[in-house]
Amino acid sequence: MNLTLKVWRQKNSQSEGYFETHQLTGISPDMSFLEMFDVLNEKLVEENKEPVAFDHDCREGICGMCSMYINGRPHGPLEGVTTCQLHMRSFSDGDTIVVEPWRATAFPVIKDLVVERSSFDRIIAAGGFVSVNTGNAQDANNIPIPKDDADDAFAAAACIGCGACVAACKNASAMLFVSAKVSQLALLPQGQAERTIRAEKMVAQMDEEGFGSCTNTGACSAECPKEISLENIARLNREYLGAKLSSKSV
Amino acid sequence: MSWLTQTLTSSIGKKVLMSLTGLFLCLFLVVHLIGNLQLFKDDGGYAFNTYAVTMTTFTPVKIISYLNYFFILFHAFWGIYLEVRNRKARNVKYNLIRNQSTWSSRNMALLGTILLVYIVVHMGDFWYKFHNEPLPYVQYTEMLSTGEVFSQVMPAGYTQDVKQVEFVNSDEGTRTVIVKDLYQTVSVAFQNFLLSFFYLLGMVAVGFHLYHGFQSAFQTLGINHPKYSPFIKAVGIWVFAFIIPAAFAAMPLYFYFKQF
Repeated sequence: MNLTLKVWRQKNSQSEGYFETHQLTGISPDMSFLEMFDVLNEKLVEENKEPVAFDHDCREGICGMCSMYINGRPHGPLEGVTTCQLHMRSFSDGDTIVVEPWRATAFPVIKDLVVERSSFDRIIAAGGFVSVNTGNAQDANNIPIPKDDADDAFAAAACIGCGACVAACKNASAMLFVSAKVSQLALLPQGQAERTIRAEKMVAQMDEEGFGSCTNTGACSAECPKEISLENIARLNREYLGAKLSSKSV
Repeated sequence: MSWLTQTLTSSIGKKVLMSLTGLFLCLFLVVHLIGNLQLFKDDGGYAFNTYAVTMTTFTPVKIISYLNYFFILFHAFWGIYLEVRNRKARNVKYNLIRNQSTWSSRNMALLGTILLVYIVVHMGDFWYKFHNEPLPYVQYTEMLSTGEVFSQVMPAGYTQDVKQVEFVNSDEGTRTVIVKDLYQTVSVAFQNFLLSFFYLLGMVAVGFHLYHGFQSAFQTLGINHPKYSPFIKAVGIWVFAFIIPAAFAAMPLYFYFKQF
């Protein structure tokens, strides 16, 4: 395959970015999108040029590191797929592919296609955890959990925190991410101890990080590589409003 | 900051205010439509004109209407404020966007701004004139035995201190009502092509605004359930985005084509 790649280059968070165009020849349709970038970078290194910086880690769709905004969509044209699991067979010979970093005030560009996503870490640190007693592990199946709740919690827990929801949202809102993280714990007995304070603190941290607010467009869920449902956002709204009404912190 | 202001100024709380005021305005739209359907009654405007008097004199209705004006302004300006804030959440724009959401959902602020302009023009056309201008008066005589109504335009220059003069003549078995002829004002206004067209555009904007807005309001309140959400979505699309705007749009169309 022969491709034209328009890729965002930016030296650091302070400098102005620009698009750089590269012609790639002999790309195998069986390569993953990131392997195509590896080919580009090897070519750039051989030409004594700076390779394109991009985030990646597991390359099997579970770590949430890869983050490319490909042809106007986070993680490219396929549904329910991360950039690393996207293959060049999803494109046609002669295509021009535009690759940009996630764009959000709360996700500043560090270099080229790499963005700073520690705002997500701070939201998790604010309340996305459960307190666990030390000591012997409990017997398995000791706590009865309805199957529906377990399924919903599992579906929410599939969120890999890649930030595609923020990248897709016209308001750069992090509601789908936060709602998945609140839901996975709110649905299970283990998450009840910090249930109200969790919703309050995680939303407060989300607002502080400068994400936009949710206008229910649904673009987040449509682009989510783990297909996290909008039901989670409704649940977060319930959790948050319920927490504000019932918690004793004035 | 108290917990209440903290809640209402959080990103979720701000949306709840949009949701609640929006749903109130949806309810208003239903009531407004039911009242205005009286324009289609072929009674020389008797039902509509007396209804207009009730709506502007009955105290509970007046209280609700002023609350309604406040909610319209609040919903509009709070919405613009939220849109500005949300735009700041993406300081560098994308070069290419292929968004997987509906056009309505992405353009609520644009549609809302069109609607604000529409509401200002609409209130200037009828509300302001009804309250502040010397509209012609009309006299209706109703035969109490048969229910037949005869209308007669009052002579130019006639005026009265109250909005509605009403007396019953038991000898003749008639009830006479004299009111401002808002019906006539409406029917003359819609004979103008540009104004009718503007009203049609306004209704298209309402349709698109509510196509997303109605169901979105419930999602914001945390109502998303496999049993009820399909119903809420259907009501949002069919009733609020289609039937109600179409019924309102029929009014300018009716009066525009009636003149020929």
